Amino acid sequence: MQSAALRQKIQDSLGQRLGIELTIREKTPPEVLPTGIPEINIPRGTLTGICGPPSSGRTSILNAALACATRMPEFCALIDAGNSFDPLSARNAGMLLPHLLWIRCGGNVESALKATDLVIQAGGFGIVALDLAGVAPREARRISLASWFRLRHAVEKTPIALIILGEERYAASCCTLQIENHPAGFRISDGLLHGLAADAVIGPRNRAKSHFALKPFYRR
Amino acid sequence: MYACLHASGNLALLVECARHFSPRIEETSSDTVLFDVRGLGALIGDTHAIARAIENRAGLPVDIAIAADPDAAIIAARGIRGTTVIAPGREAEILARLPLNLLPGSPETADLLDAWGIRTLGELAALPPLGVAARLGPEGTCLQHLAQGRAGRQLRPVEDPLLFEEELELDDPVELLEPLSLLLARLLNNLCARLTARALATDEIRLSLTLENAPPHCRTLRLPFPMVDAMTLLKLLQLELSGRSPGAPVIKLRIELNPVKPRVQQHGLFIARSPEPARLEVTLSRLCNLLGPGNVGTPELLDTHRPDSFRMARFSAATYKADTSPCPFEVLTLRRYRPAQIAQVRLSGEVPAHVAAPALRSKVIACAGPWRSSGDWWKRDPWDRSEWDIAVTGGALYRIGEDLRKGRWYLEGNYD
Repeated sequence: MQSAALRQKIQDSLGQRLGIELTIREKTPPEVLPTGIPEINIPRGTLTGICGPPSSGRTSILNAALACATRMPEFCALIDAGNSFDPLSARNAGMLLPHLLWIRCGGNVESALKATDLVIQAGGFGIVALDLAGVAPREARRISLASWFRLRHAVEKTPIALIILGEERYAASCCTLQIENHPAGFRISDGLLHGLAADAVIGPRNRAKSHFALKPFYRR
Repeated sequence: MYACLHASGNLALLVECARHFSPRIEETSSDTVLFDVRGLGALIGDTHAIARAIENRAGLPVDIAIAADPDAAIIAARGIRGTTVIAPGREAEILARLPLNLLPGSPETADLLDAWGIRTLGELAALPPLGVAARLGPEGTCLQHLAQGRAGRQLRPVEDPLLFEEELELDDPVELLEPLSLLLARLLNNLCARLTARALATDEIRLSLTLENAPPHCRTLRLPFPMVDAMTLLKLLQLELSGRSPGAPVIKLRIELNPVKPRVQQHGLFIARSPEPARLEVTLSRLCNLLGPGNVGTPELLDTHRPDSFRMARFSAATYKADTSPCPFEVLTLRRYRPAQIAQVRLSGEVPAHVAAPALRSKVIACAGPWRSSGDWWKRDPWDRSEWDIAVTGGALYRIGEDLRKGRWYLEGNYD
């Protein structure tokens, strides 16, 4: 109400003199890519962070997003800093592997950042994912905020969804969407692993929560 | 209209002169060149003007004949000294007085015609066609048509061998990549312009660098699809040379391009978004330079049950397929440790009770397994193992495996 009154006041004082009409630019919500997991959709043209401890379902969310995108079909790139991507799990999650560019960085975070930059500059990818969960958190923490801002700026106004996967919130305030995962139990009985449950807090400002269960491929 | 140049012992000069007027040239014999001059009227003038232009260009004593029929032009050039222009329809009249030995007949036929008293082309042309065909057969008919100047054959132009290669010998050796790139750009610009002029592209670049006091440095770049953009090819060569430096000053460089038909692609409104092929190729080359060629590509699962079996294939955005089947969401994913970490596992009875590895040291609170698998016993590297899915204190799930042949435990991955 205050902003409307203020706008009217500026319009009255300046509008007639300058011959302009003040309008408010409508902000359109970004296009999102589904992951198939309730409440979790990845926006394009932004930076999304997925973090959590081991067995919190963070890699499963990334694989689900990549699976959906590659089946659309779109081409995706995974920059695997710690060389921990398992192609068999990805195939079982529904990912079309020929549509995935897998870049193994052998634990070198600097090379992973350079590779991410190169892939974004090449364009044409639906999802570019930087997986830092396989490297030590102290290495990933060394990435400067300026680097994250540069990456965020690089994907702005492009159809690329940039996803950063890690143990902690490395990209911090640069993330438009932050998904924070927590393990919520597992089920092993009769000598079989039946699944894993996880909670995801979707931010910023804890906007929504999602509870999901992950099952091994043979249990489906 | 066709022009014929005749001069003994100067074929190279005749061809060079003909090339100045037409790309369609026939090297009829070692002293005769025939070429197509149709269409030169608008550029030079009438047939006489064309004949004068050819005469001026030749710059040496040469017999020139222009006629509507290729063979009439050849016979006139060989039989009449100087420049002859035969108007269409007057071929028989001009050729009539020329001797019969200008025709390419067999000696037997020539002897027979001589015995008949036929000495000139006019006399042969005047013979009744049916009688000639009955007595001399197809050869006689052909010779009579030549004598009448209406053989009507097509020109047999010389096809240039499609060699797209350029080389440059340097006065001073070049050591650095930057000045070398400028020289490469010069050669590639020329080659790509030639390819574009012929509506061709290339799928292979062969670069040969002659080095000072070192063996030649040869590189071959195979492109995933035909390209003709000089800038892209230069960037690929630069990346190749920055990754594998020649190691000595360059004194001569040579580039050879393999000509192929350009890629024709039908774009659609509803096909998938994909990286632009040329940019993707440059990006992949840069990534290979940064991380090594074995670390960039698309994973291809191998047809085996051996754990973590895959190979890196070349990533290509050219082939894609849509899969409309429902996606199996919410599948538990394994994150692998590569290489698998050697672990110390304490057993309680037959099941793991405690695991100690570089990435994990914890008590096992629940476990699933064992899953036994083996294979390749007929090969040099057989495998025989059992796997366990374990839950450790804190609720994290891991996979551990025991190599039954070596009796060693490994921490293989983390379910995430």
